[in-house]
Amino acid sequence: MISPIISKVRAGRRVSRDDAILLYQEADLNVLGQLADEVRRRLHPKPIVTYVIDRNINYTNICISGCKFCAYYCAPSDISGYVLSRKELAGKLEETKSLGGTQILLQGGLHPDLPLTFYEEMLSFIKDSFAIHCHAFSPPEIVHFSKISGLSVKEVLVRLIKAGLDSIPGGGAEILTDRVRKQISPRKATTDEWLNVMETAHGLGIKTTATMMYGHVERPEERIEHLLRLRDLQDRTGGFTAFIAWPFQPKNTALDVRPSTGQEYLRLLSIARIVLDNFPNLQASWVTQGPKVAQIALFFGANDFGSTMIEENVVAAAGVNHRLSEAEIRRIVAGAGFEPHQRLMDYSLVSESAKVRDQRSEVKKKMNIEHRTSNIEF
Amino acid sequence: MEKALNETGLFEIYEKVLSDTRLSAEDGELLFSTTHLPALGYLANLKRERLNGNRTYYIYNQHINYSNICINLCKFCAFGKEKTHPKAYEMSIEEIVSKIRERHAEPVTEVHIVGGLHPDLPYGYYIDMLKAVKAERPEIHIQAFTCVEIAHLAAISGRSIAETLEDLMQAGLGSIPGGGAEVFSTRIREKLCPGKLPGKDWLEVAKTAHRAGLRTNATMLYGHIETISERIEHLLALREAQDETSGFLCYIPLAFHPKNTKLEYLSSTGGVDDLKSIAVSRLLLDNFPHIKAYWVMLGPKVAQIALSFGADDLDGTVLEEKITHMAGADTSQAMTRSEIEHLIRQAGREPVERDTLYEPV
Repeated sequence: MISPIISKVRAGRRVSRDDAILLYQEADLNVLGQLADEVRRRLHPKPIVTYVIDRNINYTNICISGCKFCAYYCAPSDISGYVLSRKELAGKLEETKSLGGTQILLQGGLHPDLPLTFYEEMLSFIKDSFAIHCHAFSPPEIVHFSKISGLSVKEVLVRLIKAGLDSIPGGGAEILTDRVRKQISPRKATTDEWLNVMETAHGLGIKTTATMMYGHVERPEERIEHLLRLRDLQDRTGGFTAFIAWPFQPKNTALDVRPSTGQEYLRLLSIARIVLDNFPNLQASWVTQGPKVAQIALFFGANDFGSTMIEENVVAAAGVNHRLSEAEIRRIVAGAGFEPHQRLMDYSLVSESAKVRDQRSEVKKKMNIEHRTSNIEF
Repeated sequence: MEKALNETGLFEIYEKVLSDTRLSAEDGELLFSTTHLPALGYLANLKRERLNGNRTYYIYNQHINYSNICINLCKFCAFGKEKTHPKAYEMSIEEIVSKIRERHAEPVTEVHIVGGLHPDLPYGYYIDMLKAVKAERPEIHIQAFTCVEIAHLAAISGRSIAETLEDLMQAGLGSIPGGGAEVFSTRIREKLCPGKLPGKDWLEVAKTAHRAGLRTNATMLYGHIETISERIEHLLALREAQDETSGFLCYIPLAFHPKNTKLEYLSSTGGVDDLKSIAVSRLLLDNFPHIKAYWVMLGPKVAQIALSFGADDLDGTVLEEKITHMAGADTSQAMTRSEIEHLIRQAGREPVERDTLYEPV
């Protein structure tokens, strides 16, 4: 019987593991959606949907992890491996700034040879030359840095923060159960290691996000387990700003499963909104779902449209290539009856009047920039 | 859930759905304007399950667009071309037959044939086309020629609509697709397709076909310059016609695709509007047996979500669909039977392969 659980959610009470599993497996899509929408409205009574202007920068694609779900990485012996030069990095940062970008999402593979000082110097270089927020290094990278340097996770984080690290992205979580991780990413950070990086970072005053990549070898209960591990940690630290889920994209990877469907995405998003009662924000993933489903997701628990993703490489490598300009994001959000609002990593809102001024002064610069997406508009 | 519905302002409509009470135009307005999307889906799904249970239909079909040459050149269309246009084409009867022959090994049950309003192909071309398709594959069901094309064929032959339909049926026509309805409003037709068959005449052709024993479908092209009231008027006009004849099988809301049309400055429809268009039609068109989420237009993800918003049909394993793809649809050209069944099962529904008349194959 799910009706007592429905009443519980509607009364604003926390759901248990058993509640969550039953609701996730039994409830009709629209019942889950209705509950998620009610939770969202309680947390965000104003009809505002936020987004951030940023770019993903992948400093290297060389990776010793060899995860089976990944279409992006290169083994160290592969000739198509790269490490971005300072010049390339600077070019990407200049372009990001000129498009009104406030942050970069800096991530890369687990490179076998680069020392910790490489990452520190990369951060210092960015922070010295550009006033931009560095949302960088997912927990598996931090764990890797700890291994190659012989320092503890905390010592690594302290050094990176000193060099300019502002916040940590929630990538590499995949499914936070070791049964799944052993199958799809045996050489990557374990569940406890991933959570430990986040807990340590939160303890040092650093905000982070959390993610889930579902739709491969995990069971429905393991998706719930993942959410509960996140909820427990958030109870202790309050350091997560947002949760982002996306389905595994099977093309060009070593896992042979069918691509996950639209209904599966909305169900997962809804149950996440219901279970993660202590997470302030949920993002809709237009990069994996496309603009239509992402718009629908705003009624199934999401209150944020993610990033403009001036550059995105990892999902694109798996054959999924949606592109949206800031103007398109604003139109899609407004078309669903919400007010679009640019935000920063910590979800504080960028003043819309300052935004207009900035954009006018940047238009000239922008004219000279050759851009991968031709339809960036102001 | 009842308590939740009570807080969304949709409770009275919920009660009407439960008691099979017909919804009004005002109910339609309220449903289109609601900000409670899952609640709207819940109501539409309730109606869907009362009518079609857990079944979700699809068809193994083949599309043939015999010519893109068209004298109407509607502003929302990326397919129609003038005869002199370099991309204009028309297929000979032999070409059409060879397209049927190419797929002989496949279990195709229906061929869907539509085209532009060609200025000078003779009446005999259409009659011969049907006969030739039937001669090549006698068991196949031919769903062909929208009401707009039927009126055009009547005009070029000098015969009445009823006589034209009789000729076509004798040549092998099995049913009529729902295209060309666009939005019935004269305001919209004057702005976007002034030369096209007026809405009331479209309905008259459909009703004439029903009286002749043909089943037909109905559509609406939404998401351009029409108002919500105009959408509702369109749906209610269809409902009224269906009360008279009961000849409509299925209603298919068609999302406008602006690319390569004269309305390119407009945006594509949002996913929310796509779902609302499905859901509201399911609720208002209480006398239509089926509502189709045409996956070629919506994309497989939204079409699958629509199965919980009132739709009970995904259309088919479409091959060679040109009209939507000319307007920039980025869906692939065909889904296989197993891909369609996977989508349906993942939505918790039971896939049923059907023929044109919704009989299980």
